[in-house]
Amino acid sequence: MVTSEVVPQQVRIPLAPESLSAERIAYLDGLLRQAKHAAAVFTQYTQEDVDRIVKPMVVAGLEQAQYLARLAVEETRLGVMEDKALKNMVATEFVYNYVKDKRTVGAIREFPERGLVEVAEPIGIILSLTPITNPTSTVLFKCIMAIKTRNAAIFSPHPNAWRCCHEAVRIMYETALKHGAPEGVFTCLESHGLPENAYLMRHKDVGLIDATGGPGMVKAAYSSGKPALGVGPGNTPVYLEKSADLNMAVVDIITSKTFDNGTICASEQTVVMDDEIYELALKKFADLGAHICNEKETKVLERTVIDPETGYMQPIAVGQRAADIARMVGIPVKADTKLLIAPIQGVGREHPLSAEKLFPVLAVYRAKSVDEALKVCVDVNHAGGIGHTAVVFSRNEEVIRKFGEVINAGRIIVNSPGSIGAFGGVYNDMVPTFSFGCGTGGGNSTMDNVNVYHYLNIKRVARRTQAHMWFRVPNQIYFNMNAVENLHRLESKSTIIITNPAMEHMGHVDIVRRHIPARTLVHVSVIPDAEPEVAVIEQGVEALHFYKADQIIALGGGSVIDAAKIMKLKYESPDADLEELAAPFMDIRKRVVEYPTMKVNRARLVAISTTSGTGSEVTPFAVLTDKLSGRKVTLADYSLTPDVAIVDPQFVMSMPKVLTADTGIDCLTHALEAAVSIYASPYTDSNAMQAIRLVFKYLPIAYQRPQDEEARSMMHNAACIAAIAFSNAAVGVNHALAHAFGARFHVAHGRANALMLPHVMAFNASVPTKFMPSPNQRGYIAHKKYATIADLLGLGGSTVDEKVKKLIAATEKLLDQLAIPHSIAELGISREDFEQAIPDLAKIAFDDPSWRSNPRMPLVTELVQLFWSAYEGWGGASASTHKHSA
Amino acid sequence: MSTIAEGFKIEGDRVAECIHEAHMQLDTVCDQTTLDFSSVLRITPRDLRAMEELADRAENESVKVVLCGVNVDIYKVLKLVKLAARFSFATNGAGSIELGREENRHAEPTN
Repeated sequence: MVTSEVVPQQVRIPLAPESLSAERIAYLDGLLRQAKHAAAVFTQYTQEDVDRIVKPMVVAGLEQAQYLARLAVEETRLGVMEDKALKNMVATEFVYNYVKDKRTVGAIREFPERGLVEVAEPIGIILSLTPITNPTSTVLFKCIMAIKTRNAAIFSPHPNAWRCCHEAVRIMYETALKHGAPEGVFTCLESHGLPENAYLMRHKDVGLIDATGGPGMVKAAYSSGKPALGVGPGNTPVYLEKSADLNMAVVDIITSKTFDNGTICASEQTVVMDDEIYELALKKFADLGAHICNEKETKVLERTVIDPETGYMQPIAVGQRAADIARMVGIPVKADTKLLIAPIQGVGREHPLSAEKLFPVLAVYRAKSVDEALKVCVDVNHAGGIGHTAVVFSRNEEVIRKFGEVINAGRIIVNSPGSIGAFGGVYNDMVPTFSFGCGTGGGNSTMDNVNVYHYLNIKRVARRTQAHMWFRVPNQIYFNMNAVENLHRLESKSTIIITNPAMEHMGHVDIVRRHIPARTLVHVSVIPDAEPEVAVIEQGVEALHFYKADQIIALGGGSVIDAAKIMKLKYESPDADLEELAAPFMDIRKRVVEYPTMKVNRARLVAISTTSGTGSEVTPFAVLTDKLSGRKVTLADYSLTPDVAIVDPQFVMSMPKVLTADTGIDCLTHALEAAVSIYASPYTDSNAMQAIRLVFKYLPIAYQRPQDEEARSMMHNAACIAAIAFSNAAVGVNHALAHAFGARFHVAHGRANALMLPHVMAFNASVPTKFMPSPNQRGYIAHKKYATIADLLGLGGSTVDEKVKKLIAATEKLLDQLAIPHSIAELGISREDFEQAIPDLAKIAFDDPSWRSNPRMPLVTELVQLFWSAYEGWGGASASTHKHSA
Repeated sequence: MSTIAEGFKIEGDRVAECIHEAHMQLDTVCDQTTLDFSSVLRITPRDLRAMEELADRAENESVKVVLCGVNVDIYKVLKLVKLAARFSFATNGAGSIELGREENRHAEPTN
């Protein structure tokens, strides 16, 4: 337990042990050596060994409780023997009741669902400083804690409580030794001196200082540079609120404040009472043996029991009976007076009795309101008691809640005595202790009731866990020729078709309208064929509101579908802030900014794609351009995924050849990047692999023979399937490069992807300079994934390396078949222009979130190298990579 | 304690005594002696003191003391009291934990 020492401001612990003789140092080294051996040997003990020792120690402490209490009172002249005996019993029986079933050896806690095990590691040697006010109980408590945690302890008692502490240590040690504890596990300094403490505090073999005592000693412990459990002084405010059970409160306060003559630092110091109950409460105190001081008596007390120079309590009063204090200072009271109650008008140095008083003198304050009462309690709390203990008596939950919020105390005791309540385990379910942590406010390392876990190093054995994954797709996907007919299944009162002028011109809108049930009101909103802008979105949302739409049909390429996704988002959740929702994230599953779930409108989104590449009809992504700010934001959330996707090849039969090639390679890039992504799963692999197979088989045909229905259909399916894969596994560094390069040199996305693709495959297939953290994968597997794809395509090769090479060659051949340039240089971009752009390109590519799912983490220098490889053309990348061992 | 070809067998229930006996015979040893700890499950502070004394004398007489069959719990005790560095250690095979087995560089994917 923390105590303010008798004269705390006078305590000085020297910082250096120069005053120690060589003999004294040898003596201390001998103690340390003995403790060190004991602590080391103790590490071999099992939980059962330890528990076999603890129980008889507790019994011994209980048997000797009165004997040790008597010794303590005789030696210290403080407190009450009966109360000290009770404290000795709490320190043994109550503490044992808490620790007996606690695991403190080996695995102490397991969290199988989190793959975590906590394993106890003893500290070694604990230097244990004990106070004068609770000498033997603190020793008993610390001995039990040390044995339970397999530590050795060296005790350094307060000099004025040395004999009783030494006896307590002896009883504990002999009992522990008899039951198997290592020889030397407890020692007690044979004589006490501050230089000895300073030497021990700084000794390399001491693992922890547990300093229970006055502020000087606690400060010395913290200043030693050693880990320390030093706990601070108190000044306990009590709020006696008008709704409280007054009879109970008065008895509790008297019980607590007179317990061991008020030596417990958690005992009540100033009681703030509501005006309405003030007189009645004082009467009840008086009826139960308290003396209510008049103004003159209060002044006498202020001058005598508090040092006017320092503002601290006078040592002579500490732990003395109320009647004796009254006699000493000349206040006439009955011989059986339990408590002196002194009304005060404020808190601080000008009101001396508002300070901590470790004797049965209690200050009381009459408050006119709850607000005033709470403020006075805060004042008392801040007048030397931050972090320690506070008490509130009330039946008003709001008052209790507010008190708990405004008072900074590790123990906020409700409707019970402060001192005995703070121990824990008697009046409440707090952890039993004799050492009260006061948190940083009190200059302490902990605010807990110090317990066995503070005597342990707790190691965490963390097993590898797989991240939770999922696979999300639209509710319904209709595919193959004339899949659009399925629109007739979708009930709607009011439908808006979002499309672009080309679709209307080509008659595609009419085809769609034809299959919408006749009873549905249909409106068409034509938007420009470009990445959606804020203004376009706003107009679309207005139309949705105007027509009270319950269904949106997006007919077009990626831009139109993206626009419809954002319109739906703003229509259903008008307060959605697109800028905020576009906040960067690393993993969509763990993103900080969450999309709205409360919706004021509901509309089904049906996406009909008219290109075979982006797969926007099934993806959770949408890109928005804000012309005013010049910014492009990417929105990503599964709530953006269309509800229904229609993959009908009739809408892509007339795609131009270049568009067929570019979108087809975009689709292939999606599939290849999803296949090697760190988020790849068996679910995404099945889609990625199938998409890759379809692209290699049907893209050249669709390119060469645009009217080949089967090829068009299969490529349309491939785009959708690849998008399903990358919607759940994400893309990679190829997209990061393509985004940066395409935007800078105005190259179509699919074509930009194509220019990077062979180089990125070679990059990913080689041994990474930096691996990407990837809990779901065992080892680096990108090259093996490529080899698996090569096998799927029947490309041959007998080793992984050969298969990878054949896949890259097949990809280059495919690009050739689609008349895609071999290099960036072939686009007509000069080397000088490209060189000038490279620093920006690398920076932008590195900022692009796409690569964060890439199997290989790219260094900026590697991004530069990849850009240059793409500039030079095929064959330049693989030469610079390391091969995997077969 | 029984004398074995390489040195001394330490009995689990009289560790300090056995070490003391080895200590007494240290002057009959040329350069190296071995203490077989394979029967020792746990040591005490008294055993540690005996080992310290043995280490002191062995160092004075330039004799290398090899401990074999030391279990990891005892090894940790010796580390904690800084005694491990004063002895050499050999494993006697039985009961030892095989450490450092090389893993395949690229394990098969689980996903």
